Amino acid sequence: MPHFAKPPAGSWTEQYPDLGTAPVDYTDSIDPGFYEDERNAIFRRTWLNVGRVERIPRTGNYFTKELAAAGTSLIIVRGADKKVRAFHNVCRHRGNKLVWNDYPNEEVSGTCRQFTCKYHAWRYSLEGELTFVQQEGEFFDLDKKDFGLKEVACDVWEGFIFVNLDPQETLTEYLGDMAKGLEGYPFHEMTEVYTYKAEIGSNWKLFIDAFAEFYHAPVLHQKQATKDEADKLLGYGFEALHYQLFSPHSMISSWGGMAPPKDPSMVKPIERVLRSGLFGPWDRPDVDGLEPAQLPVGINPAKHRAWGTDSFEFFPNFTLLFWAPGWYLTYHYWPTAVDRHIFEANLYFVPPKNARERLAQELAAVTFKEYALQDANTLEATQTMIATRTVTEFPLCDQELLLRHLHKVVADKVEEYRDAAAR
Amino acid sequence: MPLPAEFADLERFQDWALPTEPERYAKRLASSMDEMQALYDAAMPRLEAALDHCDKYDFADLPDDVRTLMHLLQSVVMVSFPVECWSQPRVPDSGAAYLDLIAEPGF
Repeated sequence: MPHFAKPPAGSWTEQYPDLGTAPVDYTDSIDPGFYEDERNAIFRRTWLNVGRVERIPRTGNYFTKELAAAGTSLIIVRGADKKVRAFHNVCRHRGNKLVWNDYPNEEVSGTCRQFTCKYHAWRYSLEGELTFVQQEGEFFDLDKKDFGLKEVACDVWEGFIFVNLDPQETLTEYLGDMAKGLEGYPFHEMTEVYTYKAEIGSNWKLFIDAFAEFYHAPVLHQKQATKDEADKLLGYGFEALHYQLFSPHSMISSWGGMAPPKDPSMVKPIERVLRSGLFGPWDRPDVDGLEPAQLPVGINPAKHRAWGTDSFEFFPNFTLLFWAPGWYLTYHYWPTAVDRHIFEANLYFVPPKNARERLAQELAAVTFKEYALQDANTLEATQTMIATRTVTEFPLCDQELLLRHLHKVVADKVEEYRDAAAR
Repeated sequence: MPLPAEFADLERFQDWALPTEPERYAKRLASSMDEMQALYDAAMPRLEAALDHCDKYDFADLPDDVRTLMHLLQSVVMVSFPVECWSQPRVPDSGAAYLDLIAEPGF
């Protein structure tokens, strides 16, 4: 007996006939040739989020981003004109990586007035112009104007910085209606950040799969709750409030009655004292735009009073997740090989005004990590067994619509790229 | 730095007053359940009073002893899952997975 209504088509999935309902082939997550084509078809020509503007608030603030899947490293920097730009991280003289510290493959951040190459001291302005050449007179007809840093398309949406090595459309066109529905959320007020990173032994899509469905939640995470609560959740199973595809993007909306819980005995003692837990601090921060009626139209699309959290999957590898009590987090999945990726998570809160608020956020952050560790641990095991090719097709249920959609979009993009390459 | 005089009873847990999450997480993994239970049992009844004490001060400018108390409270949060749920230092079913907190807000 369903607890929440399904659409008239009978299921969420059947609203989208192109997806079908057949088992899904996961060869896309183990085939090295397919991964190479994904790099060209997707990561080298799609808008990719590389973080928030608050990371580089002032002129000269910069960070580097290693994009293994796109085959490059970028410098993201705020110029004297306050504009955020992205450049390939390569010196025009003889190709040395321009910005790095002790280890060339590690991402760095900082503040500078100009970029100076370690090798022969060529210098570039924050806007990418070549400004100084050591022993310039030794060169032959060298015009500095012709040797600025190679710029990459870079644009900002609601404070999120996106880059694209080969744009097929503008960022606004690419983000489309899903993003429009989120505009106005007070992202800029949430500057208290917790940043997590791990290298995961699985294809990048498998971790998106893990976070894009909550069918697993009452099972995999049952040891995180009090016994009675865990048993109850397992008995209910999971049903979302709403799903919507904005292909290539998608979203899932979920209930969540735990912040604050109806019955305090449902939660652990520390949660009762600190008034916080997995869904975050129970007391909404005092910031405009977070009351349920003020939220942007795209959040809690079913306008359900039991709403708890929404996940927005921006294709290919950026998740934006909102929690009802008034904070958000992001996930990024950066492929490094067919069976490896770097996972990043950032939690964003309104800065706490006092110790009590700070510890409530601490409990949310600690809780987040414990859940994520369980999620991460299934992935390598899944990757290993899919790679045996003993089983190649897997039945996905209606609560796994976003996974079915992700693998279809990736397959379509790769096929389109292969067809174009064959012509 | 010692704890505020009002919390001298928690002084014996000062080695838990660690300023960063990686240190607190590592100490949790290296501790026995008895050690964590002792911290939890001593600190939980004092949690409300400790929060009230910390909030007598401007959060942007905490005295050093209050900061030490806050770090101890962060460790109480850190051990709460093992003590309240798992009876083991590491989250169940997490195998070799790791997730490093590489940037956390200071205070």
